[in-house]
Amino acid sequence: MRNLSLSTLGPLAALILLIVLGAFLNANFLSAGNITNVLARSAFIGMIAVGMTFVITSGGIDLSVGSMAAFIAGMMILAMNAMIPALGIGLPLVLAGMGVAILVGLAAGFANGFLITKVGIEPFIVTLGTMGIFRSLVTWIANGGTLSLDFEARQFYRPVYYDGIFGIAWPIIVFAIVAVLGEVVMRHTRFGRYTEAIGSNDKVARYSVVKVERIRLLTYVFLGLLVGLATILYVPRLGSASGSTGLLWELEAIAAVIIGGTALKGGSGRVWGTVVGVLILSLIDNILNLADLVSPYLNGAIQGVIIVLAVVLQRGKSTAEGR
Amino acid sequence: MKRRHFFGTAAALAVAAATTGAVQAQDKTYTIGVSIPSATHGFMGGLNWHAQETIKRLEGTYPNVKFVLATAGEPGKQVDDIEDMLATRNIDGLVVLPFESEPLTGPVKAVKDAGKWVTVVDRGLAIEGVEDLYVAGDNTAFGRVAGEYFKANLKSGAKVVILRGIPTTLDNERVDAFEKAIEGSGIEILDKQHGNWNRDDAFTVMQDYLSKYPQIDAVWAADDDMAIGVQEAIAQAGRTDQMWIIGGAGMKQIVKQIMDKNPQFPVDVTYPPALISAAIEMTTLRFVSDTPVYGRFIIGSTLITPENAERFYFPDSPF
Repeated sequence: MRNLSLSTLGPLAALILLIVLGAFLNANFLSAGNITNVLARSAFIGMIAVGMTFVITSGGIDLSVGSMAAFIAGMMILAMNAMIPALGIGLPLVLAGMGVAILVGLAAGFANGFLITKVGIEPFIVTLGTMGIFRSLVTWIANGGTLSLDFEARQFYRPVYYDGIFGIAWPIIVFAIVAVLGEVVMRHTRFGRYTEAIGSNDKVARYSVVKVERIRLLTYVFLGLLVGLATILYVPRLGSASGSTGLLWELEAIAAVIIGGTALKGGSGRVWGTVVGVLILSLIDNILNLADLVSPYLNGAIQGVIIVLAVVLQRGKSTAEGR
Repeated sequence: MKRRHFFGTAAALAVAAATTGAVQAQDKTYTIGVSIPSATHGFMGGLNWHAQETIKRLEGTYPNVKFVLATAGEPGKQVDDIEDMLATRNIDGLVVLPFESEPLTGPVKAVKDAGKWVTVVDRGLAIEGVEDLYVAGDNTAFGRVAGEYFKANLKSGAKVVILRGIPTTLDNERVDAFEKAIEGSGIEILDKQHGNWNRDDAFTVMQDYLSKYPQIDAVWAADDDMAIGVQEAIAQAGRTDQMWIIGGAGMKQIVKQIMDKNPQFPVDVTYPPALISAAIEMTTLRFVSDTPVYGRFIIGSTLITPENAERFYFPDSPF
């Protein structure tokens, strides 16, 4: 945190305000159970948003992540169900399933990155296309219905979402690790600096002998990996995937990144800000459910207002500072 | 799979038009267009499956009837589909489940004005008198049957929570009928939030209900997909034996649990996705026979209990 100005503290201030509001409205808000729920729920979008931070910082965008998550979940469930006769139910099956999720995630991210960097199509168009492709594929392999993991396998795999160590659920632990690693990579590695440089001005980066295409490709592969990781934690929750899995996750992830202070036009990434953004989004939902503040019809409006407010708070100074 | 789609209890056929189908020559071929929303959630997935199965079977039974099936992800696409069917496929009849009433009314009326047979399924059009045949589930009964079960099986002062679907008139009808049915029973509705007929959303909403309310005696999940999410949230909170859940529609996983007498799912309320089969079948009868099928066919919502669950269990359906 190099410059502690209002602009960097804006999202944090919004988060603290929300927490105070929540605690004021409902006594159960700060209970361990509710905090676990909110953090574990945030983990999927959170991990994806960390990857999205890199993509957006490099000047790209990925609209396909929600559909990609559904597709990976579908492939993972299919693969695990198919491997039960060979591997039996146990650790090898779960590890194999996780391997499938990671591989499919890497492949999907690579496909996006390849089309963008090697074929040279706009990221918006490529990922709009793959968004449709992934979602149709999962609907197709599920025959329009829901793919469900075998019941016994599900029971064995279930603790990956619901259990944890020292009372902290696994999704929260993994999310925390991903967030810390993301922050370190963004701030303290060459990859992170190159990502920002490309997003700021890719021509200058190219003249400075940065391998622009390769770094761009890597940001999409990295995002695909994180979508795979998120899916690994998502599948044990309900043990199913369908055409409606991960609907609008891409927009939530992008919103979280922008709320957190990363510039949509690229060039400046804040991983910790993204984490705050994700928490803000989950907390709004949670508070609206816990308190009967407004008609549920207006939930979307309240979310919209808070998203815009969080960004206004944060932009107050950054426009004056310039870049 | 014979005629399983006719299991409605409150089936009512009212004569609305006076024209009867003339005797059809056997060698004449007919084309029937079927336009439905694509499989975006469990119920529609089931509906798509039943539509395909029915078409497959009817094409085998009646070689002189051809079907054109189109699925649309949004109302605009559905309008295009219907216009294409009329312009290029030369359909004799149309079976349509409108994505939304308003935007589809014009195009469907154009089909009718071209002298074709029109069957409207489940969601009515914005103006009356367009369709020859209307086939639908009964949303009011769907809410009422669930409400009556709550009233009969809960004591006064019991606390329940409701999960609502996507905000629509259909959802309002169900919830209003439910609330009307439990009126005067002393059952308290703690909360009703939207779970959007989605497992993940229902899971999240139920988690928050469980944080908020120390006592919940029963949940009206109003949809079987949502019931699965609710079940998992309750299991996570370790409160499985404190409350039961009533879903809705008749998803195979839920029907199975009723068959297995899981106390968490005592009954379910039908809103069968196979209603599309009834519509396609009856429309086909219009062309291959003199059976009068004009009017309104309302498929009742009935209780699935452990005793009759077998009849509602379709293990091959994706839903």
